Amino acid sequence: MKLFNIHNYLLRHVQVMLSSLGELWRQPVATTMTLLVIGIALLLPAGLYIILKNVEQVSGEWQQANRISLFLQNEMSDRRGEQLAEQLLTWPDITEASFQSAQQSLNEFREISGLQSLLDTLPNNPLPAVIIIEPEENQPQEATEALLERLAALPEVDLAQLDMQWLQRLRSINETGQRGISILAILLSLSVLLVIGNTIRLAILNRQTEIRVIKLVGGTNAFVRRPFLYTGMWYGLLGGVLAWVTLLISLLIISGPIDDLAALYDSQFKLQWFAGQMLFGLPLCGLLLGVMGAWLAVSRHLSAIEPS
Amino acid sequence: MIRFEQVYKRYESQHEALSGLSFELLSGEMAFLTGHSGAGKSTLLKLIALIERSSHGQVIVNNQNLNRLPKWKIPYYRRKIGLVFQDHNLLHDRTVFDNVALPLIIAGENHREIGRRVRAALDKVGLLGKERSLPIALSGGEQQRVGIARAVVNRPPVLLADEPTGNLDPELSREIMYLFEQFNQVGVTVFIASHDQDLINQMSYRHITLQHGKLAENHS
Repeated sequence: MKLFNIHNYLLRHVQVMLSSLGELWRQPVATTMTLLVIGIALLLPAGLYIILKNVEQVSGEWQQANRISLFLQNEMSDRRGEQLAEQLLTWPDITEASFQSAQQSLNEFREISGLQSLLDTLPNNPLPAVIIIEPEENQPQEATEALLERLAALPEVDLAQLDMQWLQRLRSINETGQRGISILAILLSLSVLLVIGNTIRLAILNRQTEIRVIKLVGGTNAFVRRPFLYTGMWYGLLGGVLAWVTLLISLLIISGPIDDLAALYDSQFKLQWFAGQMLFGLPLCGLLLGVMGAWLAVSRHLSAIEPS
Repeated sequence: MIRFEQVYKRYESQHEALSGLSFELLSGEMAFLTGHSGAGKSTLLKLIALIERSSHGQVIVNNQNLNRLPKWKIPYYRRKIGLVFQDHNLLHDRTVFDNVALPLIIAGENHREIGRRVRAALDKVGLLGKERSLPIALSGGEQQRVGIARAVVNRPPVLLADEPTGNLDPELSREIMYLFEQFNQVGVTVFIASHDQDLINQMSYRHITLQHGKLAENHS
């Protein structure tokens, strides 16, 4: 038995790797169509993931928005409101309580909304005075809710609102989205696996004679399997790169309007591209799925092709 | 080199292709396997090449009991058996050179060694000038010689041929047989299945004749 020659072995791998790439190159139409299917299947979960991460970032901006707004009864004087704010400050679970008169609220609203002329036509100020309360930080959600109930029960208070609520809703929507994307990612990965598996299956059937002859002259299963695994690898890898390029182009197209939108809301928000992460992740996912798909197809069909 | 001991081969259809076959071929011997079609010649060669396994009895090649050879070792075993077929079994999308080089590539030989040995094998069968041709551009006799070059390029100790002259006219057949004789003269054990009685009678080698899967004749 001759000594196993590692140099020849590696050289052989490189040769097979390149020749399987050449094989794809020689059938440009079929290859492009397969790559597009794989690319789109990889692109969809990646794109949704980026949208989700960006939404998380937006909601993160209001992380500190754990505030309670106390809308006071209309007929109450500003003096009484200020007294109430001072009184509330003495409560142990309140760190900050600031009073804002109805007039101040109106001025603020006028500035933000730009509805100045419309507001001037109103006979009186429709906005109530408000006390903005910041509860003790790091206390459990239940305690904050209990505080909210106590505040709502005060006779001077018309309505007590926890600003947190919409944030929680956003987060749970986000959570739902994340699960949805995970399911979608799994299903689409499965479809990539099947597309590659099926493509490899056809390649195997096309080369039945060759496989038989190789086995007759002493080719091992590993030798027969190798070119197909490399073909699967190329499909996955190139599909992943295609998905990445398409993703960047899509982000480039929507980033302009999104920045405009953020500017309109006076937000510090900047669209996160995750370009580096995706450059690494998409081709890697593609590659793994490609090799796996090829492996499944090859192990299913190869043993059936024996010389007779 | 090749020994059959009470070998039976039964197919699922209950058809018995070989029954109770025993014979021995010595190392360096050349012999013909004859018999009417359906007598079991191909089956016998398939058992030696481990394309099929016997239902009963021992097949021993090169001191190795083939019944005990695990499946994963079959490729390595086949590298020591040169196989020549009636229909050549060439790959038509590859050049003559690449066809002959296939066993060496599989065995992991290096580039220079492959070139050297493929040319030596093609030279031996008289096709050195055709290494860049595709098999389809060659005549039937030339294609068969490519098949022979591929079978011997690995320098196997055993050469099996199943009706190698089946599609050739008498003169070309004689040339092919002469090639086999040459390989035999350098020590290769050659075993040729053929029903071309005229051709076999011209050559003074041992005959092993099968009839309905049984040994009918075994003489020099």
